[in-house]
Amino acid sequence: MARKPKTQAELNEGVTRRALMISVGMGAMVAALGARMHLLGVAQSDEYRLLAEENRINIRLLPPARGQLFDRAGVLIAGNEQNYRVVITKEDASKAIGGVQMVLDRLCQIIPMTDGDVAEALKALERNSPFVPIPVAERLSWQDFSEVSINGPALPGVTPEVGLSRHYPLVGDFAHVVGYVGPVSEKDLEGVEKPDPLLLIPRFQIGKIGVERWLESDLRGGAGTRQIEVNAVGRVMRELSREEGIAGADITLTLDARVQNFVQARLGEESAACVIMDVQTGDLIAAASAPSFDPNLFVRGIASADYKVLIEDDHRPLANKVVQGAYPPGSTFKMVTALAALADGVIDTETRVNCPGYYESGGRRFHCWRAGGHGSVDLERSLMESCDVYYYDIAQRVGIDKVAEMGRQLGLGIRHDLPMSAIAEGNMPDKAWKERVHNAEWRIGDTINAAIGQGYVLTSPLQLAVMTARIATGKHIEPRLIKAVSGVEIPIAPAPDLVVAGEKLAAVQRGMFAVMNGETGTARGSRVADETMIMCGKTGTAQVRNISAAERETGVVRNEDLPWNRRDHALFVGYAPAENPRYAVAVVVEHGGGGSAAAAPIARDALLSALTGGIPPLSAYPADQRPAIEARFNELTLRFDNLGAQAPTKT
Amino acid sequence: MSFFENRTASAPTGLAKLLHFHWPLILLISAIATLGWLMLYSIAGGDFARWAQPQMNRYFIGLAAMFWIGLMPIWFWNLTAWPAYAIGIVLLLYVEFFGAVGMGAQRWIDLGFMMLQPSELMKVALIMALASYYSKLDDRLISHPFWVLLPVVAIIAPTVLVLMQPNLGTAVMTLAVGGVMMFAAGVSLWYFGAVIGITMGAVAAIFLTRGTAWQLLHDYQYKRIDTFLDPAADPLGAGYNIIQAQIALGSGGWSGKGFMQGTQSRLNFLPEKHTDFIFTTLGEEFGYLGAMSLLVLYTLVLVFLVWAAVRNRDRFSQLLIIGVAVNFFLYIAVNLSMVMGMAPVVGVPLPLLSYGGSATLVVMIAFGLVHSAIVHRPR
Repeated sequence: MARKPKTQAELNEGVTRRALMISVGMGAMVAALGARMHLLGVAQSDEYRLLAEENRINIRLLPPARGQLFDRAGVLIAGNEQNYRVVITKEDASKAIGGVQMVLDRLCQIIPMTDGDVAEALKALERNSPFVPIPVAERLSWQDFSEVSINGPALPGVTPEVGLSRHYPLVGDFAHVVGYVGPVSEKDLEGVEKPDPLLLIPRFQIGKIGVERWLESDLRGGAGTRQIEVNAVGRVMRELSREEGIAGADITLTLDARVQNFVQARLGEESAACVIMDVQTGDLIAAASAPSFDPNLFVRGIASADYKVLIEDDHRPLANKVVQGAYPPGSTFKMVTALAALADGVIDTETRVNCPGYYESGGRRFHCWRAGGHGSVDLERSLMESCDVYYYDIAQRVGIDKVAEMGRQLGLGIRHDLPMSAIAEGNMPDKAWKERVHNAEWRIGDTINAAIGQGYVLTSPLQLAVMTARIATGKHIEPRLIKAVSGVEIPIAPAPDLVVAGEKLAAVQRGMFAVMNGETGTARGSRVADETMIMCGKTGTAQVRNISAAERETGVVRNEDLPWNRRDHALFVGYAPAENPRYAVAVVVEHGGGGSAAAAPIARDALLSALTGGIPPLSAYPADQRPAIEARFNELTLRFDNLGAQAPTKT
Repeated sequence: MSFFENRTASAPTGLAKLLHFHWPLILLISAIATLGWLMLYSIAGGDFARWAQPQMNRYFIGLAAMFWIGLMPIWFWNLTAWPAYAIGIVLLLYVEFFGAVGMGAQRWIDLGFMMLQPSELMKVALIMALASYYSKLDDRLISHPFWVLLPVVAIIAPTVLVLMQPNLGTAVMTLAVGGVMMFAAGVSLWYFGAVIGITMGAVAAIFLTRGTAWQLLHDYQYKRIDTFLDPAADPLGAGYNIIQAQIALGSGGWSGKGFMQGTQSRLNFLPEKHTDFIFTTLGEEFGYLGAMSLLVLYTLVLVFLVWAAVRNRDRFSQLLIIGVAVNFFLYIAVNLSMVMGMAPVVGVPLPLLSYGGSATLVVMIAFGLVHSAIVHRPR
């Protein structure tokens, strides 16, 4: 259908109409945009503001300073030293040409790093978020540290920083008691429901063994926090706020660093343990285990070659023999048997037993150490000369159960609760025990062996020291290692009395006095000359092998002729002064031979050191022994001089 | 009749034309551009030379171009419409084969002092060409199928070329501008109904062919649509931009965090914050009030343009101004709905605010054409 063309005005009208429709469409869209903006910026603004804050704020933990350990006089045992280290952040390092690998290669040229270090660093970088700084090298020298700083521009992502690391200035002296710290391992985190966030910091140090481990919760302290503003890739822009962590508690041990150092040096390279205890308070004054090791090696991460040397040494330097060792106490156990018999009333202090050199029971012959016998012996002489037959006899009379009960009363076969690792319970056998463990009946021979501390009886040097302290005081003394936490002294509960007391206890004490001071005492060679420091004690020699009847016929092989690990253990327990005792000591020298020759001299030196607070004065020794003693002391390398000043330590 | 009335009633000549420029409009776009410089200064962390300075230079070059174009008589632009269209097509073909590759697409011609996107220029050429076409077409033939097909082909040709770059955002805008111009010219509503129906069918086809050998869009284009539909599904990947942009806008609150205080943009959480996502920084630092103020300024520009179109009695001028207005509107609508999470991310700048040469220059050229139409309107 043909129609006339529209006029200009009609056409304009048409455009206007359509333009209006378009405007309505545009207006609707603008309104929609405005509404959307209203929703975002006004209605849901709070929610988005929160999200923006979460975006930009990141909380980093600040590791607190670990609590320090001091000896009873305030000498530093475990402290924190500045640790110059290098951390690497993957996010930044990977931006370099060649990436993280190139940065690490360059770093290797500047500071000493093994391939193992590099591999470990790469693994740690893989595991963590790209913006978490990972330590790749620690304990750098100032020289290396500053070289890394200077070369900063060539090492993207690498930051030199100063942290704190554990340091043991007294090296091996407290290695066994205090233990060491090391980086948190996956094993440490196993089974922990919600680990302290500090533990997730790469290479955070926690106590691995010893006091460091058992008092970890006191020593660690609380994490501080640092609020930092980060950008989209996690780079730190600035610090918003900082709350320092709570430093761990400083702990004062009961140990005396000077005595400990002397005793440790005195034990030398023997496989031995020596523990000194304050008989009034139970404070451990020294707890030395030899040979020792440098705990600082473990903090740094010990080289496998070094570790192999420690593990393969037959003198077991890593073991804390003071609490871990379980040795037959030998004759040092005789006081227990005697006290059991006295307490039970089967003997009195005057009872005499004839020793022909052997004891016959049930058709078997049990030998005294002196083949010819002691003749008629009473309690005092039985201890002084360590007659075995006397104890075979009285043990038979009182019975093993009473002996075991007395042993436990004196602290044997009991796990003393101290913050140290692998504390042995030892063994204090009785009839029920044998029934339970060996499913066998207790025999007479078992009692006879136990009477002189052989057979099933096992004790640690710590338990022997506790036993000696209890005999010396007649009180139920408990050992302790922690004197004060954060400067607050830990109170000592008054010790209850033992079941034996008075004349019965005094008779045993007289016997121990005679061991050292009597004309025929087994440890007379180790007596103290100084009137104020007179010592009482008991020797012990524990067999680690059976002596066959055939050998007894031809004469028992002398210790010196045996291979080291077949020789007898040498033991000694003692206390001083005889009047008003202050310190008890227990010494075990593994495979050292006889107790009087190998252990008693060490025990005397240790006790005198505790009484005088350092190197014992020569005047305390019998005049004829002084030159030899002086020569021996001169050979010792000590960390403190006689005035108590600490010599500069090598680290 | 006073002298002044006589001067304004008759067509002005020479520099007197400057008096007839739409000065409120010029003031308005200058205000928007100034806001853009402020934002660019803030995003650069107080560095004027980084983005604000070059953007300012471009604006003044654009302003000069606008005046030059505005002073030229409108019949000249009607005459050059189809040649401009032809040049646009040639440039698109040129970039298809020789263009610089940026962000995975061939879009740019390097002019030395700036990178030119011919697809932006093409849209203006298309507007001119369609306005010219309908100004000459007998109104009785407007809805005749053959005479409808011709402009459709003229629209489809550049759209396909832009889509091949690939640049989905500009392609859609080209199509939309052309369509709206045909609508404004008075093409029968039945055609539009049909097109809407076909489009819906095509959308269905796009999704149904996905993952098959015949899929119609690039994988990244599908991904953008997915991301738009559910940004939270991949918060650190493809959805990151949308989520962070909304956080920026929302966290600004009523009046914003303050000039240069936006944490999202300053700490680099925002993507493309100086180009396509510049509105997010505005929202974060000046809040809801700042964002709405910009929206009001834009709306005023649109109102001025539509009013100028309605008042004009020259058909070419009317359609030209409406085309420019629609183009300007589409920039705003697509960009803002994209940054506010109402549309998929399609790389469309915010006119006069976003850092970038082509868009600024093309918008100013378009305003130049509008001025030519206003100055030389029949009295």
